[in-house]
Amino acid sequence: MTLWMRLKELRRYPSALIGVAVIALLLLMSVYAVIRYPYSQAISLWRAGERTWIENPRNAAPFWYNWFGADLPLTVKVNLNEARLVDQQDLGGGVRRRLLVLSFDYPWRGGFPTEIALFYDTTFQRAAPQAVLSWRTPDGREVPLGTQTLRGSGRYLLSGDSTLARRLGAPPQEALFRDVRLGPNGVRADRPLPGRYELYVDLYTFEPDTKVDLRLVVYGQLHGWAGTDHLRRDITIALLWGAPIAIAFGMSAALTLTLWYLFISALGAWYGGWVDALVDRLTELRMILPLLPILVMVGMFWSRSIWLILAVLILYGLIGGSKGYRAMYMQARAFPYIEAARAYGASNFRIVRRYLVPRFLPLAIPAFVNAIPGYVFLEASLAILGLGDPLLPTWGKLIQDAYSRGALYLGYYYWILIPAAMLFLTGVGFAFVGFALDRVFNPRLRSL
Amino acid sequence: MLENLRRLGSYMMVRGLLLFLTVAVAIWLIIIIANLGGAMDKVIESEIKERVGAMLQNPDIQQLPAAERLRIYEQNVEILRRQYGLDRPFIERAVRYLLNGITLNFGYADRLTSDTGSKQVKLILLERLPHTLLLWGTSQVILFFLSVFIALMLSRRYGSLADRLAVALAPTSAPPAWFYGILLILIFASILRVLPYGGFVEAPPPPTRLGYALSVLKHMTLPVLSVIIGGIFSAIYSWRTFFLIYSSEDYVELARAKGLPGRVIERRYILRPTLPPIITNFAMMLIAVWMGGIITETVFAWPGLGRRLYEAIGANDTAVIVGANALYGYLLAISVFVLDILYAALDPRVRVGAVGGQRL
Repeated sequence: MTLWMRLKELRRYPSALIGVAVIALLLLMSVYAVIRYPYSQAISLWRAGERTWIENPRNAAPFWYNWFGADLPLTVKVNLNEARLVDQQDLGGGVRRRLLVLSFDYPWRGGFPTEIALFYDTTFQRAAPQAVLSWRTPDGREVPLGTQTLRGSGRYLLSGDSTLARRLGAPPQEALFRDVRLGPNGVRADRPLPGRYELYVDLYTFEPDTKVDLRLVVYGQLHGWAGTDHLRRDITIALLWGAPIAIAFGMSAALTLTLWYLFISALGAWYGGWVDALVDRLTELRMILPLLPILVMVGMFWSRSIWLILAVLILYGLIGGSKGYRAMYMQARAFPYIEAARAYGASNFRIVRRYLVPRFLPLAIPAFVNAIPGYVFLEASLAILGLGDPLLPTWGKLIQDAYSRGALYLGYYYWILIPAAMLFLTGVGFAFVGFALDRVFNPRLRSL
Repeated sequence: MLENLRRLGSYMMVRGLLLFLTVAVAIWLIIIIANLGGAMDKVIESEIKERVGAMLQNPDIQQLPAAERLRIYEQNVEILRRQYGLDRPFIERAVRYLLNGITLNFGYADRLTSDTGSKQVKLILLERLPHTLLLWGTSQVILFFLSVFIALMLSRRYGSLADRLAVALAPTSAPPAWFYGILLILIFASILRVLPYGGFVEAPPPPTRLGYALSVLKHMTLPVLSVIIGGIFSAIYSWRTFFLIYSSEDYVELARAKGLPGRVIERRYILRPTLPPIITNFAMMLIAVWMGGIITETVFAWPGLGRRLYEAIGANDTAVIVGANALYGYLLAISVFVLDILYAALDPRVRVGAVGGQRL
């Protein structure tokens, strides 16, 4: 039976089909990630710091929380060019007054915004423009917010203004959105009032060539497919990039080492004597060398680059062979076709290369697939220990970030659960396929 | 019988010696890897500074002017550097490091201290060993007996719903124990709030011995459970498969034909010949578990060896990290050795020339 026909037998196993689907999904994700955010861009986005992400909410949950009836706010952004110009006056001497209204809909009943910020970017000679701010709620209340001097480029964080908070008697992002009507039982519900909100900006410029740009950002509680982390970064990027990294890492380690074990064990078993003894001793040495602590040492003393870790992992695997394969080869030594090969004068190396290794290659296919999750989780393990790659975002690093920032205590479950789900899918997907392959290629197991 | 024991004894001696040599090579490799980043020399440097620092505590020296004290300090550091061979080529030092490594003598820690206040690396590591052994001993014993028991049961009911379910669930063992640990913490600590997030015992520890034991038990529940969930289905699957393969052998059929009771067939005809491969399997699992334990202990803040390694990483404590590597080398070697002996005791082929029919 050819290899391809055997692989087609996988169709008989529903679990294998699920596994293949999961792996295909991961591959698609990898391709998409690499095209959408090229390597260098992914790194720079992930390491960019808070400035790049300043308009994202902090620790926001994924937007699909609302599909389950959460009704939590998304982030609302209003630019100056969407503003309504209500009134403008020339006050003489280059002084101009403009009354602008930045309005937006806030349809959510499930929670308050997390922050409110007014970003500004101004150019002027000597006198900075000033803005008198006032807030209008959907039920027509007006809340004066004071006067701000818009110097250069920056942001006025309404939610961080302690004077305002004291005046309003509550954090501004709650006080400005709260539904103040009394409920039927005479109690005021602690929830936002949905509707159209307006920020009135009474803008005074003192020089004719002054330029002003404004942008109101009302930070929500939900963001993107995977939420955001403590640095406002969009977790989706790390989630996407985790796939190609995990697959490249797991597959290259598993492939190299499976082939190596197949080859070196054949060499040992065929030549016997001191070669066999050496390979066997080395295999034992590998069993005793503690892999994870050694990788910890490499990470601590050399470099944390994931590619170096991969190289060390493969070097570690090259020490010795596999006891299981050795036992199989020992039996195969006596097979008639090997004897035939010897009879026609095949060299030792030729027998190993052409007759021993190819015969057991199919048996190594399930072993290869089954080995992948182990390496993927090994990378995650190192990340959990704080030894993840310093540049690249990986699933393990996401979990470590979340774990060390107390996501489990603070209730940011998505932050751990989404990357964990990806790891789980990868692990189980490959294992499903591996188990089925084991049955296809291992006739002893087929009937079981 | 005596002959058997003698053979087993000499086998053990040879194996023990070989393994010891392997450990020595392993420790030597660890030292080479560490020192490629200059780590071992740093360990020695910090030990020298510790010793000279202690020397300067002498009141006679304390009274000297600062410049003089500095001169004495540097002079002594230089003498000790020469004494430790830091001015010699690495090859020479490697021998000394190896001897230190084999005796787990890694000098003094940079930053960490043991719970008893010592800075000796050996103490810092060894004081955590009992906790690790408690956790892993418990979970491995439960996992082993539970999976063998269930696998035997399933192999009897081959093809039943439970059997097929166990096979279908086998891939859930692909994620390691710590992965399930995080989920268990999330469910039982964060959401349900019935079990602690981690740790070894409540703070402050309960005064009575019983209370203490119960508190430890409570803290152990989740880590042990995570190890069991992480390993049980693949263990059941592989052992069930083994039993099935062996229960279709001719001699088992013959035993059935003879009308032997099922229990006897299971114990003598199926379990007995499958034990050696089971033991090998168990050994490989144990080795994987030693390594996985580092993360599981970290996740559960279990004060064992793995957590210590994590703390050493956080504190950038070179000596403790290298020491932990060597200690893990020993632990793995001991596991291999113990299982080797079990294997030899169980597999008649190892006792070459054993007097026919006798059992150990």
